[in-house]
Amino acid sequence: MSAPILEAKGLEAWYGPARALHGLDFEVEDGGVTAVLGANGAGKTTILRALSGLIRRTGDIRFRGRPIGALATEDVARLGIAHVPDGRGTFVDLTVEENLRLGAYVRADRQNVRADFDRVAALFPRLAERRSQQAGTLSGGEQQMLAIARALLMRPSLLMLDEPSFGLAPLVVAEIFRALGAINRDEGVSLLIVEQNALLALDLADKAVLIETGRVALSGPSQAFRADDAVRRAYLGY
Amino acid sequence: MGEFLHQLASGLALGGVYAIMALALVMIYQATQLINFAQGEMAMFSTYFAWKLMDQGKPYWFAFFATVVASFIGGVLIERLIVRPFANAPVLASVIVFIGLAFVFNSLAGWLYGYSVTSFDSPFTGRPWFGSGYMSAHEAGAVLVSLCVLAMVYAFFRFTPLGLAMRAAAQNPVSSRLVGIRVGWMLAIGWGLAAAIGSVAGMMAAPIVYLDPNMMFGVLLYAFAGAVLGGIDNPFGAAFGGFAVGVLGNLIGAYVVGDEVKLSVALAIIIAVLVWRPSGLFGRRLVARV
Repeated sequence: MSAPILEAKGLEAWYGPARALHGLDFEVEDGGVTAVLGANGAGKTTILRALSGLIRRTGDIRFRGRPIGALATEDVARLGIAHVPDGRGTFVDLTVEENLRLGAYVRADRQNVRADFDRVAALFPRLAERRSQQAGTLSGGEQQMLAIARALLMRPSLLMLDEPSFGLAPLVVAEIFRALGAINRDEGVSLLIVEQNALLALDLADKAVLIETGRVALSGPSQAFRADDAVRRAYLGY
Repeated sequence: MGEFLHQLASGLALGGVYAIMALALVMIYQATQLINFAQGEMAMFSTYFAWKLMDQGKPYWFAFFATVVASFIGGVLIERLIVRPFANAPVLASVIVFIGLAFVFNSLAGWLYGYSVTSFDSPFTGRPWFGSGYMSAHEAGAVLVSLCVLAMVYAFFRFTPLGLAMRAAAQNPVSSRLVGIRVGWMLAIGWGLAAAIGSVAGMMAAPIVYLDPNMMFGVLLYAFAGAVLGGIDNPFGAAFGGFAVGVLGNLIGAYVVGDEVKLSVALAIIIAVLVWRPSGLFGRRLVARV
């Protein structure tokens, strides 16, 4: 078993004075995929925001063994943790290409960036066709692809995704999850996926964490989640 | 006809100054949705800085570029030390800070350099360019400098990674931070740039309106009128608006209302635009879904 790339112990987070996470423990294995499941309002999105430092958080958060719980958002990102936020975070007034260039903004290895542009274009051919189009005019699925592509251009070792299937047609969702599988398999990028669609997420994930009102209700290998009928009916709704 | 062309030409020269100032206003507006009321006084203070350097015998272009650099640093420092602590304050608090800043620079200039009106050298001397009497050498030079500044600012935002990052930070701060952009510094650099191009406006205006602590009051009002006319959220529109109000103000001042009430023309333009076309000529109309 490989060492975890991301480890959280006793993670707590606040929106103003209100505590939204009450001491969570979970991890993402290096090269692995962890799915965060749970109902609306359970705190799934909050976990990613806390890890990225977008909201106030405490607890022991380690990335490759290094504590990152006190870092500012931009410094977390610069370590190689890419966060595809809910709502996709598109720069709507900029072109598709400018959105992608922003992903590579902090990278020093300029010579590799061009090759990464090509790889991203191969992964999402539709984006390449629309490079000079204003990003706000893209469809929801294309904007989700753009958000993932922008994150990939950061050359992350951990990619965190907030409901990548949200509001998209099943065919588009399938295309995006195929791409995520390829990113994990072929490029060795570890994934932390927050998802409402449990079936989809468990197919991709090797580990799963079930969140209930800011606490971990259940965690373990994803096969165990799928196999357990009681868990499936009570929490995952299929 | 000759007189008309002359008024038109000198309107263009002032319009260039308004265009640069309008651009400085828009730059900060886009990032913060706030109008920097101190922009004019900052530019005036920079102009005094240049005057002081020349007074000590430095050549014009040395003083010019030293002032631009010093203004950039000054702008960054103002953002870091004075504006930033109010980043999350209500809009009114920031407005008061900007007005306070304007008074501080105004008084500081009066205290350091006195309130007497002083002449300010122009680097463009000698016979009028283009062999005509319609435009003095300085007026032609000022138009040229304004166009250069506008082109450079455009190229910076359009073609450099830093310019792109600054646009991104103004548009979507959260997504910008998630790709590693230091949004706070982008804002500080924005203030530095606004102060730097404002100083160019001041140095181009001073030979025309003369140097005194209140020299930029009218200029800022016209720049604001230009920005509103062109669209406060559109840099190109604001620059166009600056030139437009420069020419318009000069012609109306000369032929309709007289020079004494020329300043009211700026106010009339602002009111007219806000009544009939609040988003300006090139601005984006904001439609909110409720």
